[in-house]
Amino acid sequence: MKILVALKQVPDTETKIKVAADGRSLDPADVKWITNPYDEYALEEAVRIKEAKGAEVVALSVGSDTVKDVLKNALALGADSAVLLKSDGQGDAFAVAQIIAAYVKDKGFDLILCGNKGMGGDNAAMGPMLAELLGVAQANVIVKLELGEGTFRAEREIEGGSEVVEGALPAVITAQKGLNEPRYASLKGIMAAKKKTIEELEAAAVTSVAHISALVLPPERPAGRKLEGDSAAQAQALLQALKDEAKVF
Amino acid sequence: MILVFCELKDGQIRKPSAEALSEGRRLADASGKQLGALFVGASCTGSADAAKYGADVILTAETAILASYSSDAFARVVADVVKAKGATVLLAAATAVGKDVAPRIAARLAAGYAADVTGLSMVDGKLQAVRPVYAGKAFATTSFASAVQVATTRPNVFAATEKAGKGVAETVAAPAGDFKSVVKEILAKASGKVDLAEANIIVSGGRGMKDGANFKILEELADALGGVVGASRAAVDAGWGLPHSMQVGQTGKVVSPTLYIACGISGAIQHIAGMSGSKFIVAINKDSEAPIFKLADYGIVGDLFEIVPELTKSAKALGVGSN
Ligand SMILES: Cc1cc2nc3c(=O)[nH]c(=O)nc-3n(C[C@H](O)[C@H](O)[C@H](O)COP(=O)(O)OP(=O)(O)OC[C@H]3O[C@@H](n4cnc5c(N)ncnc54)[C@H](O)[C@@H]3O)c2cc1C
Ligand SMILES: Nc1ncnc2c1ncn2[C@@H]1O[C@H](COP(=O)(O)O)[C@@H](O)[C@H]1O
Repeated sequence: MKILVALKQVPDTETKIKVAADGRSLDPADVKWITNPYDEYALEEAVRIKEAKGAEVVALSVGSDTVKDVLKNALALGADSAVLLKSDGQGDAFAVAQIIAAYVKDKGFDLILCGNKGMGGDNAAMGPMLAELLGVAQANVIVKLELGEGTFRAEREIEGGSEVVEGALPAVITAQKGLNEPRYASLKGIMAAKKKTIEELEAAAVTSVAHISALVLPPERPAGRKLEGDSAAQAQALLQALKDEAKVF
Repeated sequence: MILVFCELKDGQIRKPSAEALSEGRRLADASGKQLGALFVGASCTGSADAAKYGADVILTAETAILASYSSDAFARVVADVVKAKGATVLLAAATAVGKDVAPRIAARLAAGYAADVTGLSMVDGKLQAVRPVYAGKAFATTSFASAVQVATTRPNVFAATEKAGKGVAETVAAPAGDFKSVVKEILAKASGKVDLAEANIIVSGGRGMKDGANFKILEELADALGGVVGASRAAVDAGWGLPHSMQVGQTGKVVSPTLYIACGISGAIQHIAGMSGSKFIVAINKDSEAPIFKLADYGIVGDLFEIVPELTKSAKALGVGSN
């Protein structure tokens, strides 16, 4: 079995967001980059499948040189090999999907694991787009995955519950928190990863169909009001304010 | 045409779909286009109601084999209608199904896609979308280069307004079988209540609740207000038996209720990421320095175990829970 894990590099959530001079991109100064947390569930799932029934796990990322950190980490966590598809990283989800689709074609992957969304951009789009471009099944926001002979059965989160999706392999599966508990890299893993190289390839030339034309910070929320008195008075004052001022009721 | 992919539940248009339809109507008016509502499934009973939200044309792809949701089959049906009707804008609500199918449709049409948007407009005949990014710390405007533009609308952000449309019914061809994946089973729902993402009022508890059993007082307040209960990640991860589906935040649900009451929640950035879009925020916390107060419209510094039951009492006395 051959598994591809697509990993995205995203800004750490604690990052203070500053808009660059162009008015439409993130100012990269002071940004701490991390592996998208959802992609860690995807990678962990791939490594567990490998441990349980044997598989070749390829980690892949589309971006500039900085995403090598993500791939090195993936190698330390159990990926057998890593591929960097070099691109300026400015494309939309569809551009990334086209790039990955062009790479994946004819390589015989049985399973492609992604995160359900890239934190920060929150598009939650690349996985289903890739599935469509490859003409394969998809299952998104997955908290449980079972593989059969050429089939999968996955549990995905929906409003107020979950549902079971069944389909044929190859498939694109996107991971949600709860799928597994990702491990930490072991010293042995880190040492082994140092000996592996990242294959670097030029990304296929694609065109973006959507772009961010403006990035702005939200307006400050007006200062709130603290309600005084004992608990009964505070409670009454709050409900009165919600009713009369905020007109919530 | 501006086309809206709509979902039905128990023979009624789901509220997030009604919101998307209303926004579609507004965009159609702004650009002099027709509004189409598209329903896909084994039964499209209730689709006629789309006229109430301004649909000029109501398209139904009704066939038994679409009884269960299938990402690839639904994507095919919708994409075919977009092409057949020459629709330039496709909207869907950012529900579990909407978020699953819309990007797949976009790829099929080589169309640009904007997810979970909170603002839409037509600029020079093309869609422009505004959406929160970086945990709500910024807003991005998405502009499109493709002939077709696809977006999902965040529930509870756009108003569902009634405006009569012509509502001409039209059936569309449904696909043959051979689906790549299909939903086999819906597992037990957490409760019969509305989902957090669609809730108008949310009462959330954090680590300050001390124990899962204490969430009972939040349930009581939520019931009195006509709302539902959410939780911080710290509460969900504490082993109190709270399901992950209750979690609000960056790795949980993103919610936009009219009222969000945070009880015993400090206001970490990852929590704020999920609820900063709330219209009114109330914080109840014993620590007056808790960051959640920076965000709150109304703050109560105090012990939630005293305040929450008082709120339930006052709510009942005021009789506010009627909505
Ligand atoms: C990658 C990542 C993703 C994350 N995703 C999420 C997410 O989706 N959602 C989320 O919520 N968090 C998320 N977190 C965790 C987040 O950083 C915080 O740890 C978490 O939100 C804290 O939860 P809390 O406010 O309930 O707990 P705490 O920060 O411990 O706050 C508890 C609060 O309760 C107050 N309190 C205690 N007792 C009382 C009382 N009797 N009366 C009144 N107040 C009281 C305290 O003063 C305190 O402010 C994420 C973290 C990471 C790293
Ligand atoms: N540049 C990228 N390189 C590799 N994988 C990516 C990239 N962008 C997105 N992905 C994958 O697609 C998922 C969804 O990303 P997004 O559509 O950006 O929210 C991520 O969790 C990754 O698994």
